[in-house]
Amino acid sequence: MTSLAKTRGWEKFFWPLLATGLLLALWYYSVLWTATKVFPSPLSVQKGLAELLHKHVLWADIGDSLRRVAIGYGAAVVVGIPLGLTLGWYPALNQVLNPVIQILRPISPIAWIPVAIVFFGIGDRAAVFLIFLSALFPILVACVSGVANVPAIFRRSARNFGLSPAQILTKVVFPAALPQILVGLRIALGVAWLVVVAAEMIAVDSGLGYLVIDSRNSGKRYDLVVAAMLIIGLIGLALDFCFRRLERIRSVRWGFRHES
Amino acid sequence: MATETLKRPPVPSRKLRLEHVGMAFDNDGKSFSVLEDINLDVSDGEFICLVGPSGCGKSTLLNLMGGFLAPTSGSITIDGQPVQGPDPRRILVFQERGVFPWLTVEGNIGFGLSGLPRAERNQRIAHYVQMVRLQGFEHTYPADLSGGMKQRLQVARALAVNPDILYLDEPFGALDSVTRLIMRGELLRIWETERRTIIFVTHDIDEAVQLADRVVVLSSRPAKIEDILTIDIAHPRNISSPRYLELRDELMSKIGLAYTL
Repeated sequence: MTSLAKTRGWEKFFWPLLATGLLLALWYYSVLWTATKVFPSPLSVQKGLAELLHKHVLWADIGDSLRRVAIGYGAAVVVGIPLGLTLGWYPALNQVLNPVIQILRPISPIAWIPVAIVFFGIGDRAAVFLIFLSALFPILVACVSGVANVPAIFRRSARNFGLSPAQILTKVVFPAALPQILVGLRIALGVAWLVVVAAEMIAVDSGLGYLVIDSRNSGKRYDLVVAAMLIIGLIGLALDFCFRRLERIRSVRWGFRHES
Repeated sequence: MATETLKRPPVPSRKLRLEHVGMAFDNDGKSFSVLEDINLDVSDGEFICLVGPSGCGKSTLLNLMGGFLAPTSGSITIDGQPVQGPDPRRILVFQERGVFPWLTVEGNIGFGLSGLPRAERNQRIAHYVQMVRLQGFEHTYPADLSGGMKQRLQVARALAVNPDILYLDEPFGALDSVTRLIMRGELLRIWETERRTIIFVTHDIDEAVQLADRVVVLSSRPAKIEDILTIDIAHPRNISSPRYLELRDELMSKIGLAYTL
């Protein structure tokens, strides 16, 4: 406890950097010692990364992936939040629809790929549909349980102050459930980013997922494969980081246990 | 009893009347009675404390008066009108977590005022911020307020909609003893300026003797009115005066507690 406050500043960066450095070294020497001809070393991945950055196609791929996520995820938000709030608000309706939701929910979006291609053909719309589907369920579940978890005391207060049912939903139940809904939105964004890569490997010919599979198929460029994987990881991290900032907005911060 | 009430001078008009109120809940198909034959008249501006053993149905009675529950028998009328449901003219204040954590102090006080023009709304908010002494905390969220401040905020939010009656359900029950003492003083000060009818549920005998005009003692379940004790001491009450101690002991013995415990 005494030394924690003092060393915190540099330790916060030192240990993670050390761990990353050790893993990179492990990777480098593993490639060296096994004398693999297929798997790239960190140095060749770095060169591959530089090559990708110089080719304009990388930015187009990033843009395409982000655009698909934006549309698919956006649609899931627009459909999922009102639907989830409605199901949470009318438990009787939820009882009717819940079995269907619970059966559909554990199906991997990958399993939907053939169906998506039948519905939408090869192309953007199939990929967007898969992202929509994968993001929808976490949002739905978070909204339903978020509404169910709103303390009865809040609803009673709202009724006491003479609010109409619609006002209770928008002015009390929604803000009270918002922290939990945000958690669902964040999980859904993570899943959407996972799924866009998978969808792009099959349904389209652009985007980061396509970059991965194309680098392998056209000349077994595993340096580019791993470089693209790293870019996917970094963008995913950036998306999550941005989302976490939302949890600090003052009207929802009460629902999250931050340091204090 | 009833004739006596009728003979009283009409100056303090009757606000709330409970006649033969009974309440039973269903549990596993069996109905069990919580309240039986509750009769009570409350005058306008009166401060009533409801005391009784825990679990006796004090909160149930408050919920009936607030319109959140309907009695299984008897009638509850306010200004001669039967209570039909919750109404902004009578606000229930909860023990804890009653304020909305996503709204600031201002937002909470203004919660019931969305129908008012902005200027009037702001003026009322400012008035009640002042009244509960939360100046400087207008933009603070409840998470950053102390327990006592949150309860003051809840009272301010209730008063802001200008109710005739405040129902307080053990409002200071979750506070530490010093804060509780301060809050009693604050509540009395507010009650003396605003003169709303107050029905205050507590299990704290001192609290009841210190605050109430009349203390209604409920028996254990199924609860009936055991006794009604008039506290004939003017405010501010000296809590070590002989009359105060006498009334406190009387109340203790009525609840069935020997203070030699």
